[in-house]
Amino acid sequence: MINLSKHIIFFCVAVLFTQFNLTGGELQVGKSFQYKSVASAISASVNGDTIIINGGFYKEANLVIREKIILIGKNNPIIDGESRYNILSIFSDSVTVEGITFQNAGISFIEDNAAIKLDSVKHCIIRNNTFINNFFGVYLAEASYCTITGNSISAQSKKETQSGNGIHLWYCKNILIENNSIEGHRDGIYFEFVESSIIKHNFSFENLRYGLHFMFSDSCTYSENRFEDNGAGVAVMFTHRITMVNNEFIHNWGSASFGILLKEITDSKIENNYFYKNTSGIYLEGCNRIIIANNDFIENGWALRLMANSMDNIFRENNFIGNSFDIATNNTKNYNLFEYNYWSEYSGYDINKDGIGDIPYRPVKLFSLIVERNKPTLLLLRSFFAEILNYAERVFPALTPKKLVDNSPAMQRLQ
Amino acid sequence: MRTLSKIIKYQLNDVFRSKWVVVYTAFFFLISYGLLTFSHDSSKVLVSLLNVIIIVIPLISIVFGTIFLYNNKNAITFLLSQPVERKLLYIGLYLGLIIPLTLSFIIGTIIPVIIFFKVFNENFTTFLLLIGAGIFLTMIFGGIAFLISTYNEDRLRGLGISIFTWLLLSALYDGIVLLLLQVFQEYPLEKVSIALSILNPVDLARIIVILKFDVSALMGYTGAVFQNFFSGGLGFIIASSALLIWIILPLFMGMRKFIKKDF
Amino acid sequence: MININRLVKNYGRFEVLKNIDLSIEKGKINYIVGPNGSGKSTLIKIILGLVKPTGGEVFIGEHKINSDSDYRSKIGYMPQAASFPENLKVREVIEMVKDLRNHKSDFDLDLTEKFRLEREMRKKLCDLSGGTRQKVNAAIAFMFNPELLILDEPTAGLDPVSSSILKDKIIKERNAGKTIILTSHILSELEELADNVIFLLEGRIYFYGTLSKLILTTEQKNLERAIASIMNGAPV
Repeated sequence: MINLSKHIIFFCVAVLFTQFNLTGGELQVGKSFQYKSVASAISASVNGDTIIINGGFYKEANLVIREKIILIGKNNPIIDGESRYNILSIFSDSVTVEGITFQNAGISFIEDNAAIKLDSVKHCIIRNNTFINNFFGVYLAEASYCTITGNSISAQSKKETQSGNGIHLWYCKNILIENNSIEGHRDGIYFEFVESSIIKHNFSFENLRYGLHFMFSDSCTYSENRFEDNGAGVAVMFTHRITMVNNEFIHNWGSASFGILLKEITDSKIENNYFYKNTSGIYLEGCNRIIIANNDFIENGWALRLMANSMDNIFRENNFIGNSFDIATNNTKNYNLFEYNYWSEYSGYDINKDGIGDIPYRPVKLFSLIVERNKPTLLLLRSFFAEILNYAERVFPALTPKKLVDNSPAMQRLQ
Repeated sequence: MRTLSKIIKYQLNDVFRSKWVVVYTAFFFLISYGLLTFSHDSSKVLVSLLNVIIIVIPLISIVFGTIFLYNNKNAITFLLSQPVERKLLYIGLYLGLIIPLTLSFIIGTIIPVIIFFKVFNENFTTFLLLIGAGIFLTMIFGGIAFLISTYNEDRLRGLGISIFTWLLLSALYDGIVLLLLQVFQEYPLEKVSIALSILNPVDLARIIVILKFDVSALMGYTGAVFQNFFSGGLGFIIASSALLIWIILPLFMGMRKFIKKDF
Repeated sequence: MININRLVKNYGRFEVLKNIDLSIEKGKINYIVGPNGSGKSTLIKIILGLVKPTGGEVFIGEHKINSDSDYRSKIGYMPQAASFPENLKVREVIEMVKDLRNHKSDFDLDLTEKFRLEREMRKKLCDLSGGTRQKVNAAIAFMFNPELLILDEPTAGLDPVSSSILKDKIIKERNAGKTIILTSHILSELEELADNVIFLLEGRIYFYGTLSKLILTTEQKNLERAIASIMNGAPV
């Protein structure tokens, strides 16, 4: 009985709450509506109101929201910042912005002008908007429990200095960034001092610097994202406990370009990711206790670049297929573990048919060492002579790190 | 032109009936088929095929080509006693060798690829480049073989020179290049290393393939010369024209000698 | 028919033909004789354009031999040991030569019939015996009614029956006005066929004239002795 009555009370409250919301004021903006400008509607609104912006072109900037309101675009309204201003700032919790096109937030070297800026707020939702040619797209500072979802964010900047980030987070917590597509910004998604947030199913491509730039942001998860053709790939730095799963890193080309650059990362998980045709798949510098498992490294220049100060990392059950070089390292020792990986270059045998090769695989080739020390020799890649050198080194290992070895290489590609 | 096509016609009639064409086709078929059944990764298959192509094709083409002219010496003399121009006969003989070799290679390699077509989707253009490189190498080493054969009456000597030429271009040359690059490491050697590679047809063919296949690694090199060479079409154009020169030059030199020669 | 002026051929420092002047009559059987290495083959090959002379000139009729090839359609050549593309059938080789010579009709099939080559047409060249190859060789040389026939040791390797068939054919062609150049070591054959004898020794022509003139000038009893005396340095 008590249980039931509890339920009934809860139901009533819920109904009341929604009723309250529905009965909140509705302010229509548009040429043939009560409010001709967005600004006038916002200044007229109170907590709980819904502003409906009807289709049209609004040259408005420096809009400020200080009430808990909902801002909804109907028939694709466009708000234009005339390449000079910040467009919309939100200083109130629980604001929703949906279905609006924001364009031309101005480039500024003093202020971080953005299409939407959220400052010290909670429970805001930025959903299904379009952002075109803004300095910054969505900018969150000291925000928490917000959701950025289904937005399309693009810019056409040519220079890093004249370009801001697509989605920018600074000192935030518990943010969900999902289903956005970001292109042509400086960094697609930028995290600095962010905690416990989730980046999921975004598509970040052709950004000038990083598809994702991530610093001092512990305990975050990013999954199912796709990072493609970014100037320098993805950089994750100075962070503990991150989880990266089911992401795709594709075509990040250049001498300083990486599928992922990992710098000072500890106690993290990198699993089920797909690295295809990057100059370097993963670059690890000062990384400890990372589990790198079940990833596909396919046709990268270097699948892994493992710097000497990285220790106690585990590389398990990954596929290394058709990479120009599997691993490059500047160390003669090795304090990381490689096991059960599939290496397409492996040419050993499996007599007892347990699926594990009977002779160990050494993923660092002599030729790869030569290239590290003398770059122009790269031109001899895949030559008969380079193969002979590699073969000789395999038979009498002398220069390659003895302990960097997979003692249990898989015979077949792992699914 | 008509005489040339006649010569080629009978030459092909002759060559296609010899056993080595069948053996050569079977060889590539087995390699290609074997690689594809053993591994379903197109990239792995491509790398192995590249190794086979840059080692085996030059060897077979240069050895076959050299022996081919020696073995057909009397038939050549007979044909030259007919109203046939020497220039045309030389080209006819060359094409009569190159066409069967190329077709053997293409058919042998490509049939398994058609059977396992699904394996190559992304990498099909790289595969075509590989086939192209194989064709170029056949033409180049066939021409070099004819050159060697035409200049040397003694067949053992000719064969020796051919095998040495193969060894030089396939392995020793790269060893020397590596040594040079190591010794003069302090100097900017980007241009030099590109130039050195262009001088060797085996390296050229290999570079044309890796320009596509290993572009991710090649783009990792900071040198501006490399960047320009690899990223634009420039590298491809330079490499392709160098290959053309490598086909034409030995053929032309051999032909000049052939025209002046006593039979 | 053939005029040779100041013909010189050197192989490196080795002089094979030393300043040869020769005029070969039309409609005659001309025998080139001489010991091995005297330059017979070289002379023939120069006429065929297979060997390039070091100096001098060769005219066939009005035509001066250069590096062109068309004049060879007037020549039928039967090499000492013929070799054709090995994997072709006899019929295909014949077709090939017809094709290359661009000769479409008016074939002389005398020898093909008399040698009974019809039976061999489907066989590959590499499956034929030496004698049969030689017959094919002869048949091809005569097939295109050439004005000039160059036969290098034609009867070597032929059985006596085939040999006489060939000799009859040679005489027949001569009577039809063809010019024939032959080399041979078989003196009886020379006596039987030769109108003129060209005697080559160490790259020089020691004698050119009729058979009877040769015996007469050397004052010997027969041809064999006449030739031996030239080789021993008798003045001619």
